Amino acid sequence: MDKTINQKAWFLVLPVFAVVAFSAILPLMTVVNYSMQDTFGNNQFFWNGVGWFKELLDPSTDLGGRFLASLGRNLLFSAIILAIEVPLGIVVALSMPREGWTVAVCLVILALPLLIPWNVVGTIWQIFGRPDIGLLGYTLNSLGIDYNYVSNEFDAWATVIVMDVWHWTSLVALLCYAGLKSIPDAYYQAAQIDGASRWAVFKAIQLPKMNRVLLIAVLLRFMDSFMIYTEPFVVTGGGPGNSTTFVSIELVKIALGQFDLGKAAALSLVYNLIILIVCWVFYTVMTNAGTERPEKKGAA
Amino acid sequence: MARIDLVDLAHSYGGNDAPAESFALKPVTMTWRQGGAYALLGPSGCGKTTLLNLISGIVTPSRGKILFDGADITPLSTQKRNIAQVFQFPVIYDTMTVGQNLAFPLQNRGVPKSEVEKRVRQIADLLDLTFYLDRKATRLTADAKQKISLGRGLVRSDVAAVLFDEPLTVIDPELKWQLRSKLKALHRELDLTMIYVTHDQTEALTFADTVVVMHDGRVVQSGTPAELFDKPAHTFVGYFIGSPGMNIVPAVVSGHEARIDGHVIRLHRSYGVLPAGAKIEIGVRPEFVNIAAPAPGLLSANIERIDDLGRARFARVRIGDVKFAARVPPGFSVSDNTVGLVFDPAHVHVYADSRLVEGVA
Repeated sequence: MDKTINQKAWFLVLPVFAVVAFSAILPLMTVVNYSMQDTFGNNQFFWNGVGWFKELLDPSTDLGGRFLASLGRNLLFSAIILAIEVPLGIVVALSMPREGWTVAVCLVILALPLLIPWNVVGTIWQIFGRPDIGLLGYTLNSLGIDYNYVSNEFDAWATVIVMDVWHWTSLVALLCYAGLKSIPDAYYQAAQIDGASRWAVFKAIQLPKMNRVLLIAVLLRFMDSFMIYTEPFVVTGGGPGNSTTFVSIELVKIALGQFDLGKAAALSLVYNLIILIVCWVFYTVMTNAGTERPEKKGAA
Repeated sequence: MARIDLVDLAHSYGGNDAPAESFALKPVTMTWRQGGAYALLGPSGCGKTTLLNLISGIVTPSRGKILFDGADITPLSTQKRNIAQVFQFPVIYDTMTVGQNLAFPLQNRGVPKSEVEKRVRQIADLLDLTFYLDRKATRLTADAKQKISLGRGLVRSDVAAVLFDEPLTVIDPELKWQLRSKLKALHRELDLTMIYVTHDQTEALTFADTVVVMHDGRVVQSGTPAELFDKPAHTFVGYFIGSPGMNIVPAVVSGHEARIDGHVIRLHRSYGVLPAGAKIEIGVRPEFVNIAAPAPGLLSANIERIDDLGRARFARVRIGDVKFAARVPPGFSVSDNTVGLVFDPAHVHVYADSRLVEGVA
């Protein structure tokens, strides 16, 4: 059969091309263009090749040092909040009621932090933690604990982490709860008949049945925490010193603070690449986790 | 190993104060013999799963007692009762191998390791699972998974009864037969009380030596497959068992005669005084009514269609407004729309308000 040739179809695709080009391809190519150049203001650009990328990966340079340090902080931050939020979310999901009117109450309460805009969350905690007028900061200091997130690195980290846990544990808990709800009653009944203890039920039934949703939870929380900007920026502004300056904060400083468009463009491309790679790894792991097919019965 | 007695056992999901008619299981008193193979047969929602869950302890009864070998175990939890249960959908511990699945109930009970290994091997042998012992259980087919569920019940040496809740629902038809034969063989070998819940009469009749038919929360009859077929105690049993089901026709009965629309049908037994005001019906299985050429003295009916089941042909006919099924004798060719019906008097039963009335010979 002859292929139908209809050139008019191009006109239908054209608007999409235009929108995508305008919103994604052109800006991205501009960034790629910038990443190869240096600017001294006045819209003057000079060719720099892969210079910025070399610097980025070399900790002895200023750019490389700042990038690698903030990357390290970011990974540490993600690791800590995952280590807290995932087990805590599971515990919260397990202790939620399975039926009755209390379910709705719990779900609403859990959903509340998720509905608050990032910068509001930041502001809430920024004030909450202040030693002079914040409830948390004031209480801690009255108890004799010297807590000040503006001057003490440890306190700044603790505040940012607790804030993230408060903001996002709900998400993990809700996902886990959905996973738990999908376990048929027969599993619990069978476990009862098999004489399983509470811990054995968790290990043999609940955890394995939750592992798909847990993967999603880990992926979402990792991506979100790896890109975190607003909340720590509002609370600590990246300080004290550079102690809570994460990659995104560093990037904004370079791009908009120093107006080093070349360095910032190179950094954002590498940042983007890391996120793409991590996404791909998670995606591969997740899609493979569900593809175990029953084997054909062999000769017994 | 145990005899199971149910004493006035009843259950309502709405609590004990719910109206008697709303009980999922109406009061029942009966005995399950040690080593018997029972089938609990009935349509969906008739209370058979409730009864099963009461015995296994998943549900606590609103009223009544359950005795194992005379000892009251009603307040005991599921763990403490020596019951194994196989569910409708295979329950497999996903992360474990077949062997670990089988060992799970024993480990939970703190059985020594060497003993666990021995039992697991034995049961795996019995269920033809030895080959799969080290494989992940999730990768097996549905029938193998059901065998594992069953195996987890059987590994415990103290198990009193094995309960099956429609275990073949998800099994391919050709494997159903195999698995059912396996269950029968196990029953003979292990001398265990087995209770098998199903809504499929073929499954019930082939598996069990005693079939307990339930309807609307009540046990309406319990007996051998032959008894259920020859002498249904309730019109529901007659209708539910057999394919096609029993014909139930309103009639006026007195002495040795039943009248349908003024036509007289001879009865084998005599029925003297029937309960006043009760709805009187006669029931006869299609196998015991033959189609014949219309003749004086025969009840006449109009043929609607003929079903050829291979081993026999059944005619779907109408007597007035009443639908009726009857056997078409081999070699009989239907030429006319109107036919006569020949009843076998020995197999015509009389029902008052759906319950069998015993006649006098």
